[in-house]
Amino acid sequence: MSAVALSLKDIHKSFGNTPIIRGVSLDVPVGERHAIIGPNGAGKSTLFHLISGRFPVSAGRILLRGEDITGLPPYQINRRGLSRSFQVTNIFPRLSVFENLRCGVLWSLGYRYSFWRFVEGLRDARERTEEVMEQIGMTARRAIPAGVLTYAEQRALEIGITIAGGANVIMLDEPTAGMSRSETENAVELIRKVSQGRTLIMVEHDMSVVFGLADTISVLVYGQIIATGAPAAIRQNREVREAYLGQAEEH
Amino acid sequence: MRSSLGRYALWIGLAILFAALPHIFTSGTSLTKMSLMGIMIIFALSYNMLLGQTGMLSFGHAVYYGLAGFMVVHFINRASGGAWPVWLPFVPLIGGLTGLTFGIIFGWVSTTRAGTAFAMISLGLGELVAACSLILRGFFGGEEGITTNRTRLLRLFGYNFGPQVQVYYLIAAWCLICIAAMYAITRTPLGRMSNAVRENPERAQFVGYSTQMVRFLSFCLSGFFAGIAGALAAINFEIMNFLSVSAVQSGTVLLMTYIGGVGHFFGPILGAVLITWLQSSLSDLTGAWMLYFGLLFIFVIMFSPGGIAGWIMLHEPLARAGLLMRLLPAYLLIAVPVLIALAGIVGLIEFGHHYLVKGATDGTVVRVLGVALDTAGPWPWLISVGLLAAGLILGRRLWPVVTDAWNGASAELKRRISA
Amino acid sequence: MLELVIFSSLNGVLYGMLLFMLASGLTLIFSMMGVLNFAHASFYMLGAYFGFEISRRIGFWPGFVVAPLLVGAVGALVERYGLRQVHRHGHVAELLFTFGLAFVIEELVQMFWGKLPVDYRVPASLDFTAFTLFQTTYPAYRMFMLLVAVGMFVFLLAILTRTRVGLIIQAALTHPNTVAMLGHDVPRIFMMVFGVGSALAGLAGVIAGPALVTQPSMAALLGPILFVVVVVGGLGSLPGAFVASLLIGLIQTFAVAINLSLSDIFGSGGAAIFGDLWQATVAQLAPVIPYLLLVLILIFRPTGLMGTRET
Repeated sequence: MSAVALSLKDIHKSFGNTPIIRGVSLDVPVGERHAIIGPNGAGKSTLFHLISGRFPVSAGRILLRGEDITGLPPYQINRRGLSRSFQVTNIFPRLSVFENLRCGVLWSLGYRYSFWRFVEGLRDARERTEEVMEQIGMTARRAIPAGVLTYAEQRALEIGITIAGGANVIMLDEPTAGMSRSETENAVELIRKVSQGRTLIMVEHDMSVVFGLADTISVLVYGQIIATGAPAAIRQNREVREAYLGQAEEH
Repeated sequence: MRSSLGRYALWIGLAILFAALPHIFTSGTSLTKMSLMGIMIIFALSYNMLLGQTGMLSFGHAVYYGLAGFMVVHFINRASGGAWPVWLPFVPLIGGLTGLTFGIIFGWVSTTRAGTAFAMISLGLGELVAACSLILRGFFGGEEGITTNRTRLLRLFGYNFGPQVQVYYLIAAWCLICIAAMYAITRTPLGRMSNAVRENPERAQFVGYSTQMVRFLSFCLSGFFAGIAGALAAINFEIMNFLSVSAVQSGTVLLMTYIGGVGHFFGPILGAVLITWLQSSLSDLTGAWMLYFGLLFIFVIMFSPGGIAGWIMLHEPLARAGLLMRLLPAYLLIAVPVLIALAGIVGLIEFGHHYLVKGATDGTVVRVLGVALDTAGPWPWLISVGLLAAGLILGRRLWPVVTDAWNGASAELKRRISA
Repeated sequence: MLELVIFSSLNGVLYGMLLFMLASGLTLIFSMMGVLNFAHASFYMLGAYFGFEISRRIGFWPGFVVAPLLVGAVGALVERYGLRQVHRHGHVAELLFTFGLAFVIEELVQMFWGKLPVDYRVPASLDFTAFTLFQTTYPAYRMFMLLVAVGMFVFLLAILTRTRVGLIIQAALTHPNTVAMLGHDVPRIFMMVFGVGSALAGLAGVIAGPALVTQPSMAALLGPILFVVVVVGGLGSLPGAFVASLLIGLIQTFAVAINLSLSDIFGSGGAAIFGDLWQATVAQLAPVIPYLLLVLILIFRPTGLMGTRET
């Protein structure tokens, strides 16, 4: 039995009187690639927001490698080694590609809020940034302001910022949404590469991406996980087929 | 390292410029103006640490400037006659620390919020201090203010800082130090994360940074530099009154900074120099100076939100490629209708001002270029409106020339880059 | 004592209703357009000066009708040819635009009517005593102001709850960004809301001008108080603006009437530490109280008294 990276214990979330997440419990082992799928409005993005601290939970507990992170602000959770990307591209538009990535690097190297040393002089920060930039294949675009990149490039940058801090647990929210087929293939390769040696949790609609990448799949329907298992098992699961995959095939 | 040499050259050049200015502009009034410019440069740059660098719109920045000024006045009065062993050149640090202290107190209150709420808190705190300044007479001296005498501290190398030129050099030195320090801060982890918070506060949280902490630290540092500016103002004027903490002072630094341009580090420097110059030159020439100031601000917001610096930097890529000269004919051409329209606007404002404000006491006749015009009659108005209309119509006709020139130069630039 | 309470309450409610005439427009504009209009109090000032100018030439009553309409037209023009251009540069630019506008309006008013207060008089038809209580008289004009303010309040309520436009506005209040999706001509609605808001401010100016002082600094004096009202009430909440208007009106009026200082209550001992603050009477501290309230509200109840949105 391997160690648990992220553990959700009976998470609930309501907006007003409307329950969105209705008791989700989940254990993601260290090093696993875990995909969360489910129909629109199932609460996948909400679940991400709860785990990453963007919204407070209504009830339940969230543990990151055994440590309780429930109710912590996002930056505290990030410092503890959980980093996430966003479904709607969420970058620093007027900063260059290089600067965007370096923003993701600074805290993890311990530079905090210092205003007594020049960023240009920080060799480790520069090297780490270069490394990530190389990984996402954007070295040639380093000086371009992020706001004028193409959509696919912005999505790659989004992933780059997410992994730059070296977090152990990476959460990607629909990383390939809105991409063409070839762009999606590139993105899958990128995700495979950057999730090496880390725990990956992702929300994804594209089934080929999910079944190609994930070690384990959880199916979220109406705020509850109805099944968790290996891709093959999920494919066979009758309940899942009825609730979700059947619908998807009709499209 | 050629680039680092170039970097130092800029600073050395600036230092030489500051040192040489009093020898170029030798008159007493220029010295006064340049001293004020130095103070305002620091103040505007400190304001831009908030607005331009961190994206915080403050309506109460004069609080830190003014309170520091008052503190310094009291400090000099206490320390006078050798009571405390301090030299005047170090007194601005007292102002900086005052600004920092109040920055910590008020920053703790206000940086919990961002956006409009932050702007409102800063306004509320500004009004709070301004209202207090008229109640607490002991510290603020009521409507008259508090005076001091800068020459009564210990002498440093025989200088007593009585003559304005000595004060100018004191201000210039501090100005140089503060410009360098504030520029340096933009290139530190905090400075870069301030930009990140400005760009996308939510994302900044998810890379490990507390946006509130970033805002708070920027706010404190900004208060420190505003305090130095306030201290220099106290030393320069030897008097502080309630106006220096007022909404008017806060508004002035906001307008100055924005007109100069918040998007580039040097923008506020341009704004401070230009506005201070206009203020002292135009207020002698016209009673409607504040109106011009406000109209200039609105013009910049509507047509050049990057301010003067933004407009200049728009041309930077073209200048690098040596294509700037291609724009020159078009710019000279468009300058004609612009000047005509401007003359019309100035005419309307000045004739209006003369008729409405001075007319009752000095008579309605005004002399323009040796011609007597009666502002009670129709001619000055017809001429002004005519000029404005002619300028606008002609400008609209000629505008395509400018866009053509611009597009041509940009296309050429693109061609060269891709080649 | 009873006399003081009754008259202060009356004046406080009156001042509060006057504030609400401005705060309601400001709230509507903010809710629908996302712009905190710094120049709102300037439109109030324009109302007073237009009213003065018209009453001087024709009479008070024509001014009472025409001045608000003129101010409304100015407001609509400002929206159409100023604010709309700035809109694409974002909310900060819009806020700054209105800030610059307030600056320019104050300068223009100074140019046209001078720096000193103008003699804007209560019309003869309303220049009598409404009632006398404990030997203190209460002017009829103040009752008239109260009547107009209440009338406007009822009018606004009726529009918001009974008309189609009101429904659109209400939808925008609770769900910003949805109005455009409903397929309405948003730029026109914006221009209308801005114009009507300005006209309301102008109306407040017309009736407040003769009772208070009509001077170029009247906008700068009232503007910040107005922001206190909308923030304390909760940005975007009309009921909140109403409650906060009355609250601030009453606090201000009562504070001015109280001549107590801390040293009167606790003895002069604290003066050594707190200096002038200890000696200052509540009346002297009155200008500070709204801002103190604003800061406290923003720290402890960021949504304001009745707001639902954090800003």
